[in-house]
Amino acid sequence: MTPPKPVAQTASALSDFANKHRKYVLAGPATFFITCMLIIPLGFTVYLSMTGASGSVSRNADFLGLANYAEILFGNDRFWPAVWRTVVFTSVVLTVEMLAGLGIALLLWRTFRGDSILRVIILLPLVATPVAVGMMWMLIFHPTIGAANEILSWFSVSAQGWLSDPRQALPTLMFIDIWQWTPMVTLILLAGLRSISDEPLEAASVDGANSFQRLIHVILPTLAPTLVTALLLRAIDALKTFDIIYATKGKGGGSYHEAETLNILAYSYSFDYQYYGKASAVLVLFLIIILTICCVLIIMRKKQRV
Amino acid sequence: MSSKRIAYPIFRAVMLTVVVITLVVPFLWMVLSSFKSNLAITDPKQLFSFNPTLTNYETVFGVADFLPFMINSLVIGAASTVVSLIIGVPASWVMARYQMTKSSTGVLVARIIPTVSLLIPWYYIFAQTGLAGTYTSLILAHMFVSLPLIVWIMLGFFEQLPIDLEESGQVDGLTPIGAFWRITLRLSTPGLATAGILSFIFSWNNFMFALILSSAQTRTLPIALYNFISYASIDWGGLMAASVTITLPVCVFALIFQRYVVAGLTAGSMKG
Repeated sequence: MTPPKPVAQTASALSDFANKHRKYVLAGPATFFITCMLIIPLGFTVYLSMTGASGSVSRNADFLGLANYAEILFGNDRFWPAVWRTVVFTSVVLTVEMLAGLGIALLLWRTFRGDSILRVIILLPLVATPVAVGMMWMLIFHPTIGAANEILSWFSVSAQGWLSDPRQALPTLMFIDIWQWTPMVTLILLAGLRSISDEPLEAASVDGANSFQRLIHVILPTLAPTLVTALLLRAIDALKTFDIIYATKGKGGGSYHEAETLNILAYSYSFDYQYYGKASAVLVLFLIIILTICCVLIIMRKKQRV
Repeated sequence: MSSKRIAYPIFRAVMLTVVVITLVVPFLWMVLSSFKSNLAITDPKQLFSFNPTLTNYETVFGVADFLPFMINSLVIGAASTVVSLIIGVPASWVMARYQMTKSSTGVLVARIIPTVSLLIPWYYIFAQTGLAGTYTSLILAHMFVSLPLIVWIMLGFFEQLPIDLEESGQVDGLTPIGAFWRITLRLSTPGLATAGILSFIFSWNNFMFALILSSAQTRTLPIALYNFISYASIDWGGLMAASVTITLPVCVFALIFQRYVVAGLTAGSMKG
């Protein structure tokens, strides 16, 4: 049998080793996980994007070089419309969410009786399951039995197609996204507003500035870093919006691809058509677009903080 | 001046009422519809006056058999959260203490990257290793969201925690890891709760991973809900009852832990 002393020694040696190399021991498992789940798969996607892989990933595929990219950029009728829809969707929802989110945050800034209930209500859209939110709005916007058209009829406005109308589907989805995510901007900006000290505001009041002047010259400049952060966090998610579009419009963003954004197109090529090579090329291009936008915002954020 | 003092609260009350109505009425509509027969749903005259029925919930838990899917969502959400906490919290501690900026950039990249771009390789690897459709594959996939989220939240938390206590613990003879385990972690309950709660909510709501990686046995609630509309005619009452079944638990959960949810959603927005 092993005498107790060496066991204790091994244990303490192990503990010494762990403490000496704690950076690697403690961060190791997480780094290993991210490497396995992110870096290796991403390399595989880049490789697939240069092959003609389709049907089954394990089937041998021809190496095509950049042919997939050429086809998507210059000979594909779904890629550029999807880019355009992604850009329009993202810029519209971000603009409205930032403005409305700021407005609501300013209203909630100063505490008043009952404001805690409001902050609870604001959380509901944020935590609600996006697929269920999509289904909920699908019933409300239903062309014949939906409440939206019923309300329009009270004002003698004719019934609209909403999600089922190819021209209205994307704007309706923008509305749903704005409804669900404006509270997120509000929460972030509210946290920022609460950390503004009273002194500069009081000083501005003493100097005779009215509320609007204080907003423009004191509040917004102080809030700028938080505004950019909110914009960054929302941009990351808005560019990738998937759940509500797929849940309400199904494969390929509807029969005319009217709601097909880049994420939906990439998903569609990957798993509805199993064009793995082509899908991977779309994904690499999508990744470049998304990283560029986020890098610009991150640099903007760094500048704001200096 | 005094008229302005009265005018603003009135303006604020009106605007906030509009906001509350906009946010709450859709939910109310969903809940009301879930208690309506399909005949009542299609009849505009029965907007508010109708005979409430539980038929839709009988469909959800009977015909559609939602209970196993609910258990799947719970198991996957809990397991991915716990494992991510176990490997993510020590990692964020060393990252915070030793200013490992490169690793924190990695965390941000994991948040930015569209997960569709990883699904083909994952699907391939899981199929090769016989993990496709198992809990393991779904837990690993969900961890890809929860781990960066937990590290993101805990990194901010540890950076704000004073380092003095850890140092005095080391003066008293604790190893650095011992000080982390016995002192820092004991003080981190609010941070751990924030990270864990948010990670669970994100997993519960996740749609895309299970859409590809789950099998009939491991299907989660959002997929079960989505499958409701893949038939020719939509059973609106059942669909709304199913939507309530998914949304209600997560909303109640978030209301109970409101403080942590807000802290988690706004984490990292004030600094970094």
